[in-house]
Amino acid sequence: MIKVIIIDDEPLARGIVREYLEEHLDIEIVAECGDGFEGVKAISTHKPDLLFLDIQMPKITGFEMLELIEEKPSVIFTTAYDEYAIKAFDINAIDYLLKPFNKDRFEKAIEKWKATRHPIEDKQIEAAAAVIENDNQPQRVVIKLNNKIKIIPFNEILFLEAAEDYVFIHTAEGRYMKHKTMIFFENALDKTQFVRCHRSYIVDVQQINRLEIYEKDSHVAILKSGAKVPVSKSGYSRLKLVLGV
Amino acid sequence: MANNLLSSGKFLLPFLISWGIWIIFHASFIYWSDFDLSIAVVDSLIFNVTLASICFLQLFIMQFYLPKREKTIYIILTGGIIALIVTFTSSYILMLLFKGDADYISFITKSNPVRIGIAFLLSACTSMINILITTLETQKENVLRKHEAEKLSKEAELYDLRSQLQPHFLFNSLNSISSLAGSKPEEARNMIQQLSDFLRGTIRKDNAQLIVLREELNHLNLYFEIEKVRFGHRLKTEIVFDEECAEMKIPSLLLQPVLENAIKFGLYDTLDAVTITINAHKQNNDLIITVTNPFDNQTSQPTKGTGFGLNAVQRRLYLLFSRNDLLQTQSENNIFTTTIKIPQPK
Repeated sequence: MIKVIIIDDEPLARGIVREYLEEHLDIEIVAECGDGFEGVKAISTHKPDLLFLDIQMPKITGFEMLELIEEKPSVIFTTAYDEYAIKAFDINAIDYLLKPFNKDRFEKAIEKWKATRHPIEDKQIEAAAAVIENDNQPQRVVIKLNNKIKIIPFNEILFLEAAEDYVFIHTAEGRYMKHKTMIFFENALDKTQFVRCHRSYIVDVQQINRLEIYEKDSHVAILKSGAKVPVSKSGYSRLKLVLGV
Repeated sequence: MANNLLSSGKFLLPFLISWGIWIIFHASFIYWSDFDLSIAVVDSLIFNVTLASICFLQLFIMQFYLPKREKTIYIILTGGIIALIVTFTSSYILMLLFKGDADYISFITKSNPVRIGIAFLLSACTSMINILITTLETQKENVLRKHEAEKLSKEAELYDLRSQLQPHFLFNSLNSISSLAGSKPEEARNMIQQLSDFLRGTIRKDNAQLIVLREELNHLNLYFEIEKVRFGHRLKTEIVFDEECAEMKIPSLLLQPVLENAIKFGLYDTLDAVTITINAHKQNNDLIITVTNPFDNQTSQPTKGTGFGLNAVQRRLYLLFSRNDLLQTQSENNIFTTTIKIPQPK
């Protein structure tokens, strides 16, 4: 049996996918979810082969939800927003169904999946998610923390620290690990507030209490929270530029 | 200069009357200079009718050609030429007519410079009055046109600011209908009906038009009903208004973007059921409308960014009422409140 999960915040929209799937006796709907939080849980429980996924949903978008999943299934997007189509194909989605879609169109998507069955690709999801965030969405980052999902608005970030493939996000509440690159954050964050002060650090300038000389050619930023952030020579000149000194 | 005294028609009568008076004046002058009445009348008629005809011709030409600059030189030059032609032609004719009267012939010869002067002044005056009045008319027209253009651009802006139908609202609704068509055809029909009524209301309304609150609320209720079909039990709405407000006036579709915001931040920012309320009451002859929706202050910052997208509503209120204080927002305890004050027409 092929396991499928439908994730959409509108019950009727889930209904139509369910109805179209009825004839496919080899496909079983193992779960239906109304938002991304339920989606993450259901995916880790059922390990589905295929997702039907809406993009605009409460709290976290479909793209953000995909970021949180480790073993990614194949994805067919169902949405009324055609502006996300290109991004959806970028992350190697099977297909992109524009609402409303008829049965023929739906069948084509299923056939396409049966022909390839490729899962969604990890590395480009963040780019897709960034597109939505630019689209007047609140600026934030979504993190999976044990069994909970944590949403961190960008303005709660004190500083970021690079570590191999990960970035540690430091907030007043603690430190969170996110599988993203420094370049992503450098581009996504407001450049007048967040400065790449070091190869491995991005700091919120509003959090800086003072700058001290550390060694020859390097400084250290002391934040209001007391945390210390290294500042390189080139980072120091970038900081001075933003601070206007 | 297509616009001219001749085309306006108003000018013809004063033109003829002035010339008539001048003809009588001219004749009287010659009569008092000890010439026969017949001579005086014929002299005046021949001289002035020729002059008037040529001035008239001049106006006619000016209708098609008038230099943009060098107007003065043009007037002096044409005035001079006209004066010379009119004086010598009319004098020649008069001399032919009265060649037996030696006194009169010598009078004509002597008076020629004066006649040239008079002809010059009269033709120049006609041209100048023509230019003056034409310029004034053009200016008046320009002011009118400018006013018209301003009105048009204001209307265009109002049209832009008026809630535009959100395409994804339409497509999501159509998707719901498509879903209902399979399982509950009767409900699908009902939703098509509601969506049609809603769309009709959106298309029909005039931008600056004021409608009664009852009508606006009926329209918004359709919107709510459609959204309720889409979101099921998650969306609850409450519309409360005093009976005395029902007939008060409100710009059509003003509240639509406010509700879209309420739904966007209410439904997309929380996972629970959401209640959106609209409350209308009267205060000092103003209509006060309050819209509330829950939001999550952890994940959305209503004061930042789009400011809940209410700028368009604010701008529209400004264009309609020239006031910037009609829209207020506040957020408290995870409830976002939008208050709109609508002054009533006197």
